[in-house]
Amino acid sequence: MYIAVSLAILVTMVLALARALIGPTVYDRVLAANVFGTKTVLLLAVIAFLYGRPDFLDLALAYALINMVGVMAVLEFFQNRVKPDAETDRD
Amino acid sequence: MIEQALDVLSWILLTVGGACVFIGGLGALRLRSFYARVHAASLTDTTAALLIFPGMMLQSGFTLASLKLLAIMIFLLLTGPTATYAIANAALSSGLKPDAKPMDTDSSESAT
Amino acid sequence: MIFVFALFLLTLLVITAVAIVRTENLFVAVMLTSIYSLLMAANFFILDAADVALTEAAVGAGVTTVIFLSALALTADREKHRAGRRPLILGTVSVLTMLIIYATFEHPRLGDPEAPVHQHVAPWYLEKTPEYIDIPNVVTAVLGSYRGYDTLGEVFVVFAACIGVLFILGVRRGDAATPRRERTAGLRHHLIPQLVGRMLVPFIVLFGLYVQFHGEYGPGGGFQAGAIIATGVILYALLEGEAAALKAIPRSVLLGLVVGGASLYGAVGVTCMVLGGEFLDYSVLSDDAVAGQQLGILVIEAGVGMAVCGALLSIFHAFAARESQA
Repeated sequence: MYIAVSLAILVTMVLALARALIGPTVYDRVLAANVFGTKTVLLLAVIAFLYGRPDFLDLALAYALINMVGVMAVLEFFQNRVKPDAETDRD
Repeated sequence: MIEQALDVLSWILLTVGGACVFIGGLGALRLRSFYARVHAASLTDTTAALLIFPGMMLQSGFTLASLKLLAIMIFLLLTGPTATYAIANAALSSGLKPDAKPMDTDSSESAT
Repeated sequence: MIFVFALFLLTLLVITAVAIVRTENLFVAVMLTSIYSLLMAANFFILDAADVALTEAAVGAGVTTVIFLSALALTADREKHRAGRRPLILGTVSVLTMLIIYATFEHPRLGDPEAPVHQHVAPWYLEKTPEYIDIPNVVTAVLGSYRGYDTLGEVFVVFAACIGVLFILGVRRGDAATPRRERTAGLRHHLIPQLVGRMLVPFIVLFGLYVQFHGEYGPGGGFQAGAIIATGVILYALLEGEAAALKAIPRSVLLGLVVGGASLYGAVGVTCMVLGGEFLDYSVLSDDAVAGQQLGILVIEAGVGMAVCGALLSIFHAFAARESQA
């Protein structure tokens, strides 16, 4: 059963990466990076159980805490930028 | 007997959680507007965390691993919506407007 | 099973790497780099290298993304086009790629127990660690004790990197009243990040301390702990503004941490010499040789954690201070 869940999470990571590559605006890519981060936490926790090594849950815990800091940095980055740059956010 | 019930329950939780994860990924890829994608990604993230972690906690009983899983779940529940707020706010304050058009003629898909 | 996981992850890695190189928008490149770092951490994890995965996740996805974004705020958003020399570059890269692929034909299979790398010192480390050092995590034993010189070099490399960045970006003293104060007010006007962030900062620092001291029993150690604690302080700096973070932990303290961490490591080595052993021979630190080894590893990991935390925070403040002057 863990194998099925981990495959579902891997497929979702592929979909999120596709969004990161396609996404017309930069915010799509930030969203994709955030989704990727939380899916990595889930994947690490499920695989730690799959391999029967519960000590590896520390990694998932560390990552769950650190994931948010990256997104906050993005928020601050956009907040401190000059406003007219909104048009250059599509590429 | 109770063990089998717990096993079945955790199977169900894990499977539904996995399905949630997949639906979220599909939504993030296929929906048409950015804010709709944010909705899909964040709701399914939180729901999946709420389902998958209790499923694993039921499998491992009252051990240190369960406490760590509980801690991870609580942190994901706290940081997931905050990250969503941060992303949506960054987009809105930089000028990306939500689509407020009327519904499309194609009634099988929603507009935003 | 590991084959399926590895297939997925490595394919995604190649796709991400190609996308990073091909995109022109640097912000997109930063976001893709963070995804790349997560993929590498997952890769290390499925290969059972938990310490490395923890370091990669802590440093790559947290601190590196923040520092790249700070650097991006100082420069332009798009890469400039460089003209010419395309065929030469493509030719060089293709030749090197083919050489590397040819070299992998001679590699032993992944995880082959007969491979040369598993025959030399690795079995000795695995057998003798319970006897000489007696800690469950052999990686920390190798890093701290058997290869202590290498780790001493690593700490001094971190120290040198910090000093290098500070030389380039400049250390400003007495920033009392700069006019653009409100630009660095951080996320003060956003209620939800303030609330959640304030709750999380103590947990992140506490978890960093847990990882630091737990490094002998599970994945962890000084490098990871330094990165995690630095991430906690960076979160505080993002929420309250860089000035508040500098008031809480001033630059002198950060430099003291870096210098102190590196010196602590060296001091342990010298203490061992003074007590009669060789440089970095921890057995002489206590009456019982095994307890001496454990004490030595504990102290040097503390030195490594201090140095890494101070270095990462100094680099972050160097970038963020430049931004507030710009």
